Amino acid sequence: MAKNDLLGGSLWDNYSNKVADRMDNPVYQGQITEKEAETLGARLVVADWGAESCGDAVRLYWAVDKKTDVIVKASFKSFGCGTAIASSDMMVELCLGKTVDEAIQITNIDVEKALRDDPDTPAVPPQKMHCSVMAYDVIKQAAAIFKGVEKGILDDDEMVCECARVTLKTIQEVIRINDLKTVEEITDYTKAGAFCKSCIKPGGHEQKKYYLVDILKETRAQMDMEKVRIVEEPFTTRSPFQKMRLIENYFDAEVKPLLHKDGGDVEILDIRDGDEGTTVIAITYKGACMSCSSALTGTLNFIENGLRDKVDDSIRVSVQ
Amino acid sequence: MERIYLDSNATTVVDPLVKQSMDPFFCQMYGNPNSLHRFGTETHPAMSIALDRMYSAVGAADEDDIIINGCATEGNNTVLKGAFLDAIAKGEPCHIITSQIEHPSILHTCQYLEKEHGVEITYLPVNSDGLVTLESLKANLVPRKTSLVSIMWANNETGLINPIKEMAEYTKEHGVLFHTDAVQAFGKLPINLQEVPVDYMTFSAHKFHGPIGVGGLYVRSAAPNTALLHGGEQMGKKRAGTVNVPFMVGMGLAMELAVQHIDYYDKEVRKLRDKLEDAILALPDTMIIGERKYRTPNTILASFKGIEGEAFLWDLNKNGVAASTGSACSSEELEADATFQAMDMDNNLSHTGVRFSLSRFTTEEEINSAIEIIYKTVQRLRDISSTYVGP
Repeated sequence: MAKNDLLGGSLWDNYSNKVADRMDNPVYQGQITEKEAETLGARLVVADWGAESCGDAVRLYWAVDKKTDVIVKASFKSFGCGTAIASSDMMVELCLGKTVDEAIQITNIDVEKALRDDPDTPAVPPQKMHCSVMAYDVIKQAAAIFKGVEKGILDDDEMVCECARVTLKTIQEVIRINDLKTVEEITDYTKAGAFCKSCIKPGGHEQKKYYLVDILKETRAQMDMEKVRIVEEPFTTRSPFQKMRLIENYFDAEVKPLLHKDGGDVEILDIRDGDEGTTVIAITYKGACMSCSSALTGTLNFIENGLRDKVDDSIRVSVQ
Repeated sequence: MERIYLDSNATTVVDPLVKQSMDPFFCQMYGNPNSLHRFGTETHPAMSIALDRMYSAVGAADEDDIIINGCATEGNNTVLKGAFLDAIAKGEPCHIITSQIEHPSILHTCQYLEKEHGVEITYLPVNSDGLVTLESLKANLVPRKTSLVSIMWANNETGLINPIKEMAEYTKEHGVLFHTDAVQAFGKLPINLQEVPVDYMTFSAHKFHGPIGVGGLYVRSAAPNTALLHGGEQMGKKRAGTVNVPFMVGMGLAMELAVQHIDYYDKEVRKLRDKLEDAILALPDTMIIGERKYRTPNTILASFKGIEGEAFLWDLNKNGVAASTGSACSSEELEADATFQAMDMDNNLSHTGVRFSLSRFTTEEEINSAIEIIYKTVQRLRDISSTYVGP
């Protein structure tokens, strides 16, 4: 890759022909009026997402059939770069003919894939992927308006980056799908962390519930765990280092994310052989877990049972 | 008209006279100038003439140095890292003052020195006109503590001209070294270093119709001069590496020609720039950053409300016009236009900037065509825009 990295080239060289075509001649650009929707026997939905100050903003128009909830006509307007305009155009096309509930299932990944010229070559370079996230969010916003609920109710996920409107699920997906290894790559793909930067790691101007560094670490750990499960090897025959890695991965992937949600944390102090072939893992609680009444009961059971179930039955957990 | 180049702050076409002056040094007089034999020594007269032209073009004294290097980035790195190395050698802490609107070759080098070596860096803000002020420098310069002040002469995005003479005089009074990145100033403004007491000045040939890949670092006599590259004894041991003879010759002539054309630049290029600027301002909801009187004669940074910068560039490019934008989507950075941010402007405009920069080869016919294309682009993209509501 080194030679290919030496010459930057133009971002535009990495746009698919479909992106270029849709930028030059968007098919669904425009607006729908109340009168037009009424003529179609449809209800008009107008949803806005994004902001000029962030560099991307989009308005989505849906005419939704009053009887079937099918989107019979759709169009968009956009303040954004070529990728944003092309993504919005494709997003509208993907919505057409679907019911509102079906449209909610469209993701930014679907939009990007639909813009590819061939299935294996991304439609845009990584740093422009964020433009398709906008399409994902505006659909949810339109559906929320249609259903008369807050958009958050439709989100099966939590917002990590408020500036770029990127959710936990989206970040986890792009890490997995694209095998991302750094926070910078996450920002390239989603725009999360590109603006106020508070969500990158603790210490920014705003305290966050989730940080990109943690999500990356935890998701990578989950991916490692999944790989380990594929190549099954008895826990007891592994080296101390391998045991340590496996247990750390389990904590990063399964235990810590849950404890973090309640402001708690846990640290592994030691892993040693116990009586009668057992493996003892010594832990200590941190944060909210230190004063939690269930730390030595329910939480401990959750940790130990999970380890015994997913790593090895010989494991016992000791709190120090 | 096939295509129109309005991105001359990025680079310029090589003047045919400059190219002609370089040609003999590729296939005829190609000797290494350090060689003892005739192939090498026959290049010396042309190199000497080139140096004379450079010294004359900036008003340098014979005692001063003009070190030929690869680019202004190299010159800027040499000055900043040199200040740090000089402070280390003296066992003193290093404090550098620069501004928030410098070129990345200054900003990123300062950030590197700050992060990796603990150098104290002060980034001066700009005022509402987009200028770094003498008052701001006075408030931050600490005599016997500040090692170096580095302020660009003219800004690459806006063309705004900083008060370099006043700042250089002030730092001189207080015994502090002063550097200016004059990449966007040389060839556009008269520069006479006999009158402006900077200690260091960087410039780059390709900004004034010389070749890409050669630049110069002016060092006033007696100013510390720490080499960044060590090796052979070229450039008086101040910058190792075989001298690029054709490029040095080309830069010398390009500098002489730039000085000869300075009046043309100020009158004719300015006239064309103002024509384009007036046409842009005739459109509703447009804005030009910085007053004309504070700008180089060739530069316009325009904001078109409701249109994102890269989308604008895309359409212009499709219609044969080359321009530029410093905002997120045109580059590999994701942030808003740095100049807009430094000027603390309306956040909603920070992604709407497009830069047009002319040269002395720009024609009126090109400007007329560009105006037509800009008008069509604004119409199309405002029709698509979700945020533009009309005048």
